[in-house]
Amino acid sequence: MPAGLKPILELQEITKAFGGVEALRGVDFALSPGEIHGLVGENGAGKSTLMKIIAGVHADFSGRFILDGRETRFRSVRDAHAAGIAMVHQELSVAPDLSVAENVFLGNQPTNRFGFVQWRRMAREAGEQLKRFGIDVDPMSRLGDLPIGLQQLIEIARVLFSGARIIILDEPTSALSPPEVERLFATLKRLRDEGTSIVFISHFIEDILRVSNVVTVFRNGRKVAETRAADTNKPALIEAMIGHGREALEETYTHDIMLPPPAERPVVLNASGLSLARSLRDVSFDVRAGEVLGIYGFMGCGQLELARILFGKLKPDQGSLAIAGEQKAFRSTAGARRAGIAFVPESRRDMLFHQEPVYKNISISVLDRISSLLLKPSRERKIAARQVDQLRIRPAAVELDLGMLSGGNQQKVALAKWLSYPPRLLVLCEPTRGMDVGAKNDVIHIVRDLRAKGLAVIVLSTEPETVLSLADRIIVLKRGAVVREFSNERISKDRLLEAA
Amino acid sequence: MTSGESVTVPAPDRKRPHRLAVMLRSQMRNIAPFLTLICLFGFFAAASPSFATLDNLGNILTQISVTGIIAVGLTFVILCAEIDLSIAAIANVTGIAVAYFTLQESYVNIANVPMPGWAAILLALALCALLGLVNAFGLTVIGIPSFIMTLAMMQIAAGISALLVRGQIAYKVPPLVTTLGSTSIGGIPWIVIVAALMLLGGHLVLTYTRFGRYVYMVGGNREAAEYSGLNVKLILGSVMVISAVCAGIGGMLGVAHFGSAQQNEFDTYLLDSIAAVVVGGTSLFGGRGGIGNTIVGLFVLGVLNNGLDHVNIDSFLKILIRGLILLAALVINVYAQRLRERTAD
Ligand SMILES: Nc1ncnc2c1ncn2[C@@H]1O[C@H](COP(=O)(O)OP(=O)(O)OP(=O)(O)O)[C@@H](O)[C@H]1O
Ligand SMILES: [Mg+2]
Repeated sequence: MPAGLKPILELQEITKAFGGVEALRGVDFALSPGEIHGLVGENGAGKSTLMKIIAGVHADFSGRFILDGRETRFRSVRDAHAAGIAMVHQELSVAPDLSVAENVFLGNQPTNRFGFVQWRRMAREAGEQLKRFGIDVDPMSRLGDLPIGLQQLIEIARVLFSGARIIILDEPTSALSPPEVERLFATLKRLRDEGTSIVFISHFIEDILRVSNVVTVFRNGRKVAETRAADTNKPALIEAMIGHGREALEETYTHDIMLPPPAERPVVLNASGLSLARSLRDVSFDVRAGEVLGIYGFMGCGQLELARILFGKLKPDQGSLAIAGEQKAFRSTAGARRAGIAFVPESRRDMLFHQEPVYKNISISVLDRISSLLLKPSRERKIAARQVDQLRIRPAAVELDLGMLSGGNQQKVALAKWLSYPPRLLVLCEPTRGMDVGAKNDVIHIVRDLRAKGLAVIVLSTEPETVLSLADRIIVLKRGAVVREFSNERISKDRLLEAA
Repeated sequence: MTSGESVTVPAPDRKRPHRLAVMLRSQMRNIAPFLTLICLFGFFAAASPSFATLDNLGNILTQISVTGIIAVGLTFVILCAEIDLSIAAIANVTGIAVAYFTLQESYVNIANVPMPGWAAILLALALCALLGLVNAFGLTVIGIPSFIMTLAMMQIAAGISALLVRGQIAYKVPPLVTTLGSTSIGGIPWIVIVAALMLLGGHLVLTYTRFGRYVYMVGGNREAAEYSGLNVKLILGSVMVISAVCAGIGGMLGVAHFGSAQQNEFDTYLLDSIAAVVVGGTSLFGGRGGIGNTIVGLFVLGVLNNGLDHVNIDSFLKILIRGLILLAALVINVYAQRLRERTAD
C-alpha cells in the first residue's frame, strides 16, 4: 500500500456472496483523505459490489468496515449518507418523473420553518449548481425528458455537490462526451485538493491513469493489485486485469487509422432527408452490405433520435428510409424488426427484462423464428447458451435472472439477443459502453464477423474510440446535421473530435 | 506491481448465506396467498361443522365459477400492467344481449329480436368482442390509459344494457347457454366445468405459447419489449379483447345461472374479479403471477364469502371483513414486489 495519510476508510477481508455466486472474496481496501482512487477490473470482477457495500446498499457481508478508525456497520444507504458517503451508481438511479431541481436535492430539499419545500429557492440553487458544472438546463423540467447523458451529468452533479467527504463514482463517464469528461475531471481534482476522497471506476484505463493517485485492480472477486498511478501503465494494468497473453488488445486508437475505400456492395439502408423537430436536420446517408458505418457526435447531437427513427420507434417529420431499395415507413418497432433491422439502445435498462432469466432475454427477439404457436424452451436455452458462450457472458448460467449479472455482462446480453438470427442491418448505440477491455475486444471481433457475413452495421457513439475501432466509414453529426464524412482516408481521434 | 496468481480456484465452501431465505423471499408472492387460503379454510372448518363438507365444497366451486371465467381474461390484462374496469358491465350487456336475441315469454315486455340459439350466442359474443376492440383501440391507438378507457366503457356497456332491457327482466336464453349455466352432468355443474376449462386454457396459453410469453414480457418491461421488436400495441390490444370475451362468456352463463337477465346484475363481479387476481398474487405492476395465482385468489374469495355465511356474524360486518382481507392481500402484493426488487439489486 502506498505510504500516505491514515486511511479515512478501511475495509478488511470483505466477503460477499449472492446466493451461490461469490462476488467478493476476502478483499482489503483502503481510502485515504484527499485521494482519487481508481478501480479497474473485468466485468463481474466485483467493483460495483464493493462500492455498494461502502455506500450502504448491501448491508449483508462479512469482514471489517472501519471508518475514521472506528469499526462500524451501515444498515442502509441513509446510514452511509449520514456518514458523508455518496455514490453515483453505474445504472442511472435518477427519478425520471421528478424535476431536475428535485433530483439535484433528492432527499434534502430546502424547507422553510414549517417543513414546506421552498420551490423557488430549490430551483434557483439547483440551476446555479448545475451551471457551475457547465450544465445549462431549466431546473423545473422533467428529468426523464432529457437525454440520458444529461441525466447522468445531473446525477453526478448531485453527488459531487452533496457535500459528501467520500464520493464513489461507478463508471460515471460512460454517457459523457469528451468536453464533459474534462469538466468532470477538473471538478474531481478540485474536490480532491479540498480533501474529499473519491473512488473512480472506469473501463477507460487512460482516464484512470490520468486522474487517479492510486489504482486498484480487481479480478474474480479479489484484489490482485494496488499501486500508485505514477508507477504503472496501461499494459501492466490490463495484464493484471485479465491475465497474460492478451495484452495486445486493440482497444484504443491514439495513432492514426486508415479507413478503407468504399466497397462496391448493394446498399442495405438508404436514409434521405431525415428531419425531426429540435433534433435532426436533413440527415442523409446510406449503408452497404458488409460495411460498418460509424456515426459520431457529442451527446445531444441527435444520434439517439436518429437511431430510434431507424428502428421505427420515432417517426421522422420529414425524410424517408429505404431498405434494399424499397421505401419503408415503419409504424412500429415490430415492423422494423421484420424488415431485418436489429437495434441495441444505449441504455440497457430499456432493453432488458431484469426479473427474467437470461435465456428469455436472449430469445425474446427471435422467438418467432424459434417457435410458431408453442414455445420451445429447450431450443431457447440452447440458443441462449451458445450466445452466452460466444460472448463470454459471466456467470455462464442461462437460468439466472438478468438482474444478477454485472453491468457489463448485461450489456453483452443486450447484444446477444440479436445474434442468434443475424439481421440485415444492425444498429448499435454505444455497443461497448460499460464493457471491460476484453469484452470490448470481443465486441469488435463480433462486429467484424458480422460484417464479413455481409451484414450492414451502424455504430452510433459518443466515444471516439468505439467508432474508430469499429467503423469503415464515419459520419459526424453536430446539432442534428451531418457536418463531415470520413471515408477512404487517414483519421485519428483528434481529427474526429475536431470535426464534431 | 504484483499480478494475482491463479485466481480462478473455486472458493472453499464458506457459509452459503440463507439460500432458502432468498428462495422464500422471491416466492413470497406465491406462498402468501396459499397460506392465506389454508388459514381461512382451517378457521372456517373449525368454526362451523357445516363448512368442510363435500356438499359445501361443491357450493364454493359453483359460487366462484362466474368470477373465475371473468378473471381469466382479467389476469391477462393485469399481467400486462393494465386494468379493465369494464368487465362486469360487459358481462352484463353480453348476458342481456343473448337474452335479447332469444324468444321471451309473452309477459316479458321487451322489444326483443328472437333468433335461433346459435345466432343469439354468436351475436352476443360479437358484441363483447367489439366492446373489447373499442377498449383496445382507445388504449393502443388513441393512447387513453386503460383505467380511464375502461371506465368509460363501463358506462357505455351499462348504457347498451339499459337500452336493451329498459328496466325489464328477461328470463330465457338459448338452450346451450341454459345447459352450461344451470345444469349438471354427473353431479358436477357444467358451469364449474366451463370455468375449469377456461382457467386451464388461460394457463396453457400463458405458459406454453409465444403469445403468453409476450404478455409476460410486455408486463415486465414495456420499453424493453418494444426495443426487442415486439408489437406491443397488438399484444395490449389482444389482451383487452380476450378480457372482454371472457367477461362476455361469464355474463352469458351467469344469466343462465341466475335465471334472469337484468340491469346491474353483475356489479359485484368487478371487484370480485380484480380481487381474485390480485389476492392470488399477480403483480399489479405486471409481468409476475398467472392463472395459478388467480385460482388461489378465487378460492380465497370463495372460501371467505361462503365461510362467512356459515359462521354467525353480523352480515354488515362481513362486508368490512372482506374489505380488510382484501387490503391485507394488496399490502402483500406491493410488499412482495419490493422484496423482489431488493433481492435483484
Ligand atoms: N444482486 C445480485 N444478485 C446476484 N448476483 C449479483 C448481484 N449483483 C452482482 N452479482 C454478481 O456479483 C459479481 C460481481 O458483480 P459486480 O456488479 O460487482 O461487477 P463489476 O466489477 O461492477 O462489473 P461491471 O464492470 O460489469 O460493472 C458478478 O458475478 C455478478 O453476477
Ligand atoms: Mg459494475
